[in-house]
Amino acid sequence: MKKALINFVDISKSYGKQLVLDEFNLYVRENEFVTLLGPSGCGKTTTLRLLGGFETPDKGQIFFDSQDITYLPANERKLNTVFQKYSLFPHMTIAENIAFGLKISKKPQAYINDKIKYALKLVNLDGYENREIDSLSGGQQQRIAIARAIVNEPKVLLLDEPLGALDLKMRQSMQYELIRLKEELGITFVYVTHDQEEALTMSDTIVVMNQGYIQQIGTPEMIYNEPENAFVADFIGESNIIDATFIEDEVVEILGVKMPCVDKGFGKNTPVDVVIRPEDVELVDPSEGYLEGDVTSLIFKGVHYELDVMANGYEWLVHTTKLVPVGSHVGIKVTPFNIQIMNKPASSDEEAVEIDE
Amino acid sequence: MNKLKRQLLAGPYLVWIIGFIILPLLMILYYAFFDENGSFTLEYLSHIASPINVHAMVLSLELGVAATVICLLLAYPLAMILNNLKIKNQSLIVFIFMLPMWMNFLLRILAWKLLLNKNGVLNTVLMSIGLEPVMILNTPAAVVFGMVYEYLPFMILPIYNSMARIKKDYIEAAHDLGANEITIFFKIIIPLTLSGIISGVVMVFVPALTSFAVSELLGGGKVLLIGNVIEESFMQGMQWNAGSSLSLVLMIFVMVSMTIMNIFDKDGEGTAVW
Repeated sequence: MKKALINFVDISKSYGKQLVLDEFNLYVRENEFVTLLGPSGCGKTTTLRLLGGFETPDKGQIFFDSQDITYLPANERKLNTVFQKYSLFPHMTIAENIAFGLKISKKPQAYINDKIKYALKLVNLDGYENREIDSLSGGQQQRIAIARAIVNEPKVLLLDEPLGALDLKMRQSMQYELIRLKEELGITFVYVTHDQEEALTMSDTIVVMNQGYIQQIGTPEMIYNEPENAFVADFIGESNIIDATFIEDEVVEILGVKMPCVDKGFGKNTPVDVVIRPEDVELVDPSEGYLEGDVTSLIFKGVHYELDVMANGYEWLVHTTKLVPVGSHVGIKVTPFNIQIMNKPASSDEEAVEIDE
Repeated sequence: MNKLKRQLLAGPYLVWIIGFIILPLLMILYYAFFDENGSFTLEYLSHIASPINVHAMVLSLELGVAATVICLLLAYPLAMILNNLKIKNQSLIVFIFMLPMWMNFLLRILAWKLLLNKNGVLNTVLMSIGLEPVMILNTPAAVVFGMVYEYLPFMILPIYNSMARIKKDYIEAAHDLGANEITIFFKIIIPLTLSGIISGVVMVFVPALTSFAVSELLGGGKVLLIGNVIEESFMQGMQWNAGSSLSLVLMIFVMVSMTIMNIFDKDGEGTAVW
């Protein structure tokens, strides 16, 4: 296991009366691509700004390479940030923008020139040295912002929703560019986004946050397949989140029907939340299913159909490649492995909130 | 029909522009180059070379530059402080700075005459705390002081405007790239407020260069600026030809200084405030 490069210890931060981070603890290992994921106001950007040195916490410490950097000014930290709105200096050319950090650290001119060339090549913008900032598209500006950050060879690159202002196509190609950059440079990335798809595509580790608390930390697969609570399940992709009762080990009662599952250790007759991904719901002959229901809507989504099935008073979201017309009477079946059991939130702080983004 | 209507509506403005701007300019040109017999001459223009006029011109430039520099040195930090104030209603503060301009400027200068007088408020205060009285009135220093007082808001406003337009992100990005406060000031803040500085400089330097009321009131007739020379030639000597030719020279100075400023102000943002 690689060593922890960044360590947040008991960080609390509030703006006025609003508590943004509460006793926040997190470590980031070397060469890891960590994504802080959550809805607006969940504290992810504040976490990044604390790390970048633009804010100081009310309580707690931040360690970088085992050095306490909690109150170290931003200009003395060995990390660089790519800002959401690029923030390229409008009075400088592209080359001058990229050279800004290098000139401050008094690197020789020949070295600076080499670095500018190298960085522009890395972000696929060779030959743009003397262009004005205004003449670039949003995606190009963002790539220059990345070039400006990485020429300083930071140990950690912080990215604050860097793709937020780009269109879908550009966003997707930039995601691959970032993965490539991370592999080529071999540095640590701390990435902030509210876009779950971005997080799943690029990260080694995802930190799902809500209202200043970490909801779950794990690999993209873990976060998607085994969400720890209803918030995570709801935020990462679409899912059926259903109130259920955990009868005993490997048996759960969903909408009045007992089903086999693989989870153990939730006690007996305990109220729980159950997550079933829409692609894991199998539509079978009514006689073979656990539940019977009727298809109420059908939408063609390209790769699959999206269906609503009304069964036992719950509207199931189902993704299937089979065409099942509206009005069909169907049976619903779920493989035990695909039933994900979660504890009910312990406190109101962790309560899942509706996300309207 | 509609077109004709619109042209008719523009009529009064046209009359105004022709009557009060273009005609006087033509008259100045005429008086500067033609003598009373109506024949062309460069004699009046050569008046500028007379020792008195040269001296007045040089003094005008000197005091104008001095007033502009002092205004800049006062206004820049002030604009920074205003911009950094964590007060929601920043326009209120700007408003307070602009408030004195609501009063007639001659009255304000007259007030300073009283304050700076030999037995004025300034010297009373100085003597009451045991200091020597100063004879600042009727010196070039008093004129510069008056100019600074008069034109400072014209320097503050454009600089403040350009400073308020700097995004906080730029400062943070510069910090992030390793710049300390001093580097940020010289590499980011100054270049990004350059257009405001240029506007301010033009708006202070041009009226300071051409002013005659301040020098007359606070200079007590002892500080003769080019503006005073022109005023005297028109009002006292009835030498319209000499006055016109001097005005022409002064206009050339103004235009040259504005052109130089425009060259620096590449993006033309500064012109937005005036």
